[in-house]
Amino acid sequence: MAKARVLIRPKEGILDPQGKAVERALPALGFEGIEQVRVGRMVELEADDPERLGELCEKLLANPLIEDYEIERLDGAA
Amino acid sequence: MRWGVLQFPGSCDERDALHACERTGAEARLVWHEERDLEGVDAVVIPGGFSYGDYLRAGAIARFSPAMEAVAEFATAGGPVLGICNGFQVLCEAGLLPGALLLNESLRFVCRQLDLIAVDGPETGHIDTFEARRPTLSIPAKHGEGRYFAAEEVLDALEAKGQIAYCYAPGQNPNGSARDIAGIRNEAGNVVGLMPHPEHAVDPLTGSTDGLRVFEAVAAAGVPA
Repeated sequence: MAKARVLIRPKEGILDPQGKAVERALPALGFEGIEQVRVGRMVELEADDPERLGELCEKLLANPLIEDYEIERLDGAA
Repeated sequence: MRWGVLQFPGSCDERDALHACERTGAEARLVWHEERDLEGVDAVVIPGGFSYGDYLRAGAIARFSPAMEAVAEFATAGGPVLGICNGFQVLCEAGLLPGALLLNESLRFVCRQLDLIAVDGPETGHIDTFEARRPTLSIPAKHGEGRYFAAEEVLDALEAKGQIAYCYAPGQNPNGSARDIAGIRNEAGNVVGLMPHPEHAVDPLTGSTDGLRVFEAVAAAGVPA
């Protein structure tokens, strides 16, 4: 089994209200100078056939209209 | 005329949708998500709720259900389909309607009565006999992820082809939807999705019966089965 991690984030230019809310909360906690906060999602999985991960992301894990994804192999393979 | 109302684990408005269909004078039955057969159904409602817990993204998992496979075939053949709230999200995820629904701009769950403007359909859609009589509908909305989004060129095409079915009245956009869009239809006009809940506005007891017009308009828009 190949281990992989999929990072899914809102596409650039799409308003991310979660990121905005986090960003606005930070100064109250004393964290100044933090900008451009974006909140996404991470999926960890093990796959028999890692070649199909792209298709899996396109069809289910991400909605390509609104999200970008990145597949990171955790077993050293490219 | 018989409506089929889909029921997923996590649906919560299917009973109101059944009731609304019946109030238009039609028959209606529930269609469990594992049913692959829409035998005897002339029009379909995909109701609101939280299908499959809304896991991953709202509507993302429901689209793979056997009932949705049947609905996709039914819609492609011209059958009338109405997606309400979560049902609208399912239709977008399934690619039967363009665009996507994102978290409300305010991050707040919205629950209130709204005025909608019914927008004319394409000439082929003959959807508007009921709406033409009165331009606005008073219908409640209740959702956390209802911000309609599509690329600018898609929005332009929707406008040009008469595919915007319902807009929020000026100043009443509750979620930050692009161009105040509350609901859209496909190019053929037989598949309609909207965020507000017409099935909750079918009885004078709750203040408005405008929701019935949405069901009637969609029923009239499809190719009779």
